[in-house]
Amino acid sequence: MRSSDTGNWDVIVVGGGHNGLAAAALLAKSGRRVCVLEADDEVGGGARARQLAPKFRTSSLAHVLNRLDAELIRTLDLESHGLELGGAPMPTVALGKGDPLILHGAYGKTVTGLGEAEGRAWTELRRRLMLQAGVLKPFLARRPPQLDTLTLGEKGVLGGAALSLKRLGKDEMRAFLRMVLMNVADVADECLDDDRLKGLLAFDATLGSHLGPRSPTSLLGLYYRLAGEIEAKPGAQTVPKGGMGAVVASLASAAERAGATLRTKAGVGRILVEAGRAVGVVLEGGETLRALTIVSAMNPRTTMLDLVGARALDIGLVRKLTHIRMKGDVAKLDLALDRPPTFTGVDEDALSGRLVIARSSDDVERAFNPAKYGEFSREPVMEIVLPSLHDPSLAPDGACVLSAVVQYAPYDLKEGWETGKPKFLEAVLGRLEAHAPGLRESILRSELLTPADIEARYRMPGGHWHHGELQADQMLFSRPVSGMSGYDTPIDGLYLAGAGSHPGGGISGRPAMNAVRHILAAEKR
Amino acid sequence: MKKWDAVVIGSGHNGLVNACYLQRAGLDVLVVEKNEWIGGAAVSRELTDGFLYSNCSYVCSLFRPEIMRDLELPRHGLQVIPYEGGAVFTQDGDHLGAHRDHHAHRRAFARFSKRDAEAYERYARDVTRQCRFIQPLLMRTAPDPARLRPRDVSELLYLGRKFAGLSAEEMALTMRFWTMSISDFLDEYFESDVVKSYLAISGIIGTALGPMSPGTAYVLLHHYMGEVDGSVGAWGFARGGMGAVTQALAKSFRESGGTIRTEAEVDRVLVDTQGAKGVVLAGGEEIRADRVVSNADVKRTFLKLVERSDLPDPFVRDVERFKMRGSSGKLNIALDSMPEFPALPPNSPCVRGDMHFTDSIERMERGYDDWKAGRWSADPILDMVIPTTLDPTMAPPGKHFMSCFVQYCPPKVEGRDWTSADRDAFADTVISQIADYSPGFRERIVHMEVRTPRELEDEVGLTEGNIFQGELTFDQLLFNRPVPGYAQYRSPIGGLYICGSSTHPGGGVMGAPGRNAAAEILRDAKRPNKQMSPAHEVL
Repeated sequence: MRSSDTGNWDVIVVGGGHNGLAAAALLAKSGRRVCVLEADDEVGGGARARQLAPKFRTSSLAHVLNRLDAELIRTLDLESHGLELGGAPMPTVALGKGDPLILHGAYGKTVTGLGEAEGRAWTELRRRLMLQAGVLKPFLARRPPQLDTLTLGEKGVLGGAALSLKRLGKDEMRAFLRMVLMNVADVADECLDDDRLKGLLAFDATLGSHLGPRSPTSLLGLYYRLAGEIEAKPGAQTVPKGGMGAVVASLASAAERAGATLRTKAGVGRILVEAGRAVGVVLEGGETLRALTIVSAMNPRTTMLDLVGARALDIGLVRKLTHIRMKGDVAKLDLALDRPPTFTGVDEDALSGRLVIARSSDDVERAFNPAKYGEFSREPVMEIVLPSLHDPSLAPDGACVLSAVVQYAPYDLKEGWETGKPKFLEAVLGRLEAHAPGLRESILRSELLTPADIEARYRMPGGHWHHGELQADQMLFSRPVSGMSGYDTPIDGLYLAGAGSHPGGGISGRPAMNAVRHILAAEKR
Repeated sequence: MKKWDAVVIGSGHNGLVNACYLQRAGLDVLVVEKNEWIGGAAVSRELTDGFLYSNCSYVCSLFRPEIMRDLELPRHGLQVIPYEGGAVFTQDGDHLGAHRDHHAHRRAFARFSKRDAEAYERYARDVTRQCRFIQPLLMRTAPDPARLRPRDVSELLYLGRKFAGLSAEEMALTMRFWTMSISDFLDEYFESDVVKSYLAISGIIGTALGPMSPGTAYVLLHHYMGEVDGSVGAWGFARGGMGAVTQALAKSFRESGGTIRTEAEVDRVLVDTQGAKGVVLAGGEEIRADRVVSNADVKRTFLKLVERSDLPDPFVRDVERFKMRGSSGKLNIALDSMPEFPALPPNSPCVRGDMHFTDSIERMERGYDDWKAGRWSADPILDMVIPTTLDPTMAPPGKHFMSCFVQYCPPKVEGRDWTSADRDAFADTVISQIADYSPGFRERIVHMEVRTPRELEDEVGLTEGNIFQGELTFDQLLFNRPVPGYAQYRSPIGGLYICGSSTHPGGGVMGAPGRNAAAEILRDAKRPNKQMSPAHEVL
């Protein structure tokens, strides 16, 4: 690409993660000339595949798919670009004391290992959680309501939500209004007895956020998860054929097919603003590219404070951006194993599922305690998948890849990650070994990414998956900050389209879709 | 046999406020109290010669001025003396002082951080604005969004209009206030850990949450909504101890013709097919009344005083689910002389207010971790006051009464009941902390009363020793308090009402639940309610 291209673009997308690619594909499909600028030498961000050891590949951060938007798949016809979601939802195995519990179907439609009464209690709780997540779902698929200037359409959505609440009937509505900001541990204690099940709910509700299961509002995390769906099954999860890398590949292919240009090794150093309007970008190498519209799929704080610069912004906004909480607590562990591991009590079928080590909600809470003080969990909780069981090409014959997301590993480790990392790895392996005896001997190579590593490698400040805590006070009209929650920014022509915007992170493509819809509508005006 | 118009169970401040309004509206009201003294958790008792303790609640601010005026409490002897200072002692022997004088306060903050002294103005403004939005809601019955009768709709519209009257920025701040942790909230204003910990205490007092738990910013608001002499957020001592509040209420009640019976413990509420008909006392005596109002908490009322078979199952389940885990204890100490605090300059006004020894948010949060594990905090958080520095009526000349509120203290010790040995060990943990900052403290102690959740439950009747009669989390506020569908002071049993802190707007010596309940009772009784002035709105 030569500088003679300057001025040729309608839209520049900053950041080639899955949201950037989705935004580029959608905008290109609408007839715009789009260029995606990715700093790394590959697109895909935290969703791409990467090399772990010779002949071993694994997913970067995200290792299961549970919310890739069906409308996005349809609109971009991702299936024709190689995406295969792969049939039945994969099971979840809750590893605790004694035998594991196996949840089949979409988020435990049926469960093996529960007594009859507990099974009924779970069915009832699951039904209620699904119902409640369903009430919140319509809000995820659109721009957050703008509090000061509610349009007729927005009033309609709010009215519709109130109506759908009312339609649930008095009892369900009351249950919803009571539970919505509760903590997951209390909800689980009210309804269930089984520690493994409670531990699983506690883990899923808090994964990716700086909350413990006893923190009020932690149930929202579970709603967020259950609001996602795979092939019309809410709460389902899968590993697509070819692994997670296949998702990124299909998005990139769709973007290119629609006419977008993807440039790698093109880190953006600055967004050019002239007379309050974004007019282009300057690459880290010094090259200038101009465009009518700039869409940033990068972190909102990075975009506004580093690429635009505080000088162009109102002081109140700068303060709010500075205060976005985004210090990650999740580490990623990848192991190249010379043989598939054996987890006690887990058969071959279940092994291809998602395995969660969270023995009880107290176990998760205890793991959270040290994170508050900048210390890692001595007994971490984690979610494990074995990607090579889904895509044998990820490991040599007979060998295996293990991928785990592990909590809690605070970004700001007091002792520093340089000395802390080996100790944390030891703690993680210790916990793994307790459920998979003999695992250590089969390790050929291990790689642990702490939030500090994730920040450095994937340009996610704080190493935070969601580009900002996904907690009640940073959701909806407060995401990324109040007054800037509708994907546009105070800089004309500059839009946000990443996980830091509503509705948040996860491989969904939703922030990009909502943003693109808003951009197209705004340009029409 | 005499039949009363209403019998009120319990003579806590809400029971008495309720009784006062009912009596003034022309009902013939009897208040029954199990103890030989009145006052519930707002009492002053002389347990050792010459010393008057505020045995439970110890400071006054939240009590609604409208109620004080309606019931003429100042005429009946209630006087509130504002704090003149406050301090956090730091581990390195220094202190952060709080002062009534604005400039002195600012200078004290600036010693720790100039930026924080600046930020304090912005913080105080933001918090006061939020209080002004929430304050009027305290004195209104919460709407029931699931029923939507005309009253509920108009109340929801009122809330909506109130909210829409805020700017977009204020709306966002309101939403954040309801869900943020006090620690995160303070991080947005302040950098000094000492300053933050001084302010954070209001976010956790009486609460089974740590300063890092979402929802604690609201608890702070709850504690800031009070006022002393029209100054919002100010705190003060009731002259003669907190019993002065209930004594003044009792005088007002009796003056208007009401009757109080002490040593009259209610065994159960009399219920027939028509509803509540009176109460049966522990001795078997029946007291007949057209309606029964319970000042006891929601669990005690419905799980102990009412037959389970008289209540619908889902209601009982909801009451059982209501969370009221105790989280605090208290030491009341008689001192033969004023303790010394070497960290303070001589004659510092800082002793005439709230004193704390916890100088970081982390220490506070670690205290909470102990509670979660079922232990009292090894490094507890104290809210310590010496009321006798401003109110000489509570101790002999030259001697002092000290009240130490202690957080965190679990309702059970690692799952088992409290023993007396536990209680002594708990007291010793607290005394050691004070003695670290005040040499010779132990030697000054003449007498001491130690209260863990066990004592609060046994004596005052607060289930699990929860001082708010139920935790102040969102799922237990407004239309959810105490249980969804019954947030309007009524119960599934006709003629049985609840008026304590288990109901909206919650705990603290505020009087609003008692007042609001009276409004509903009079409404049902079709009695004019002219004695009750509407909530004043600060704009």
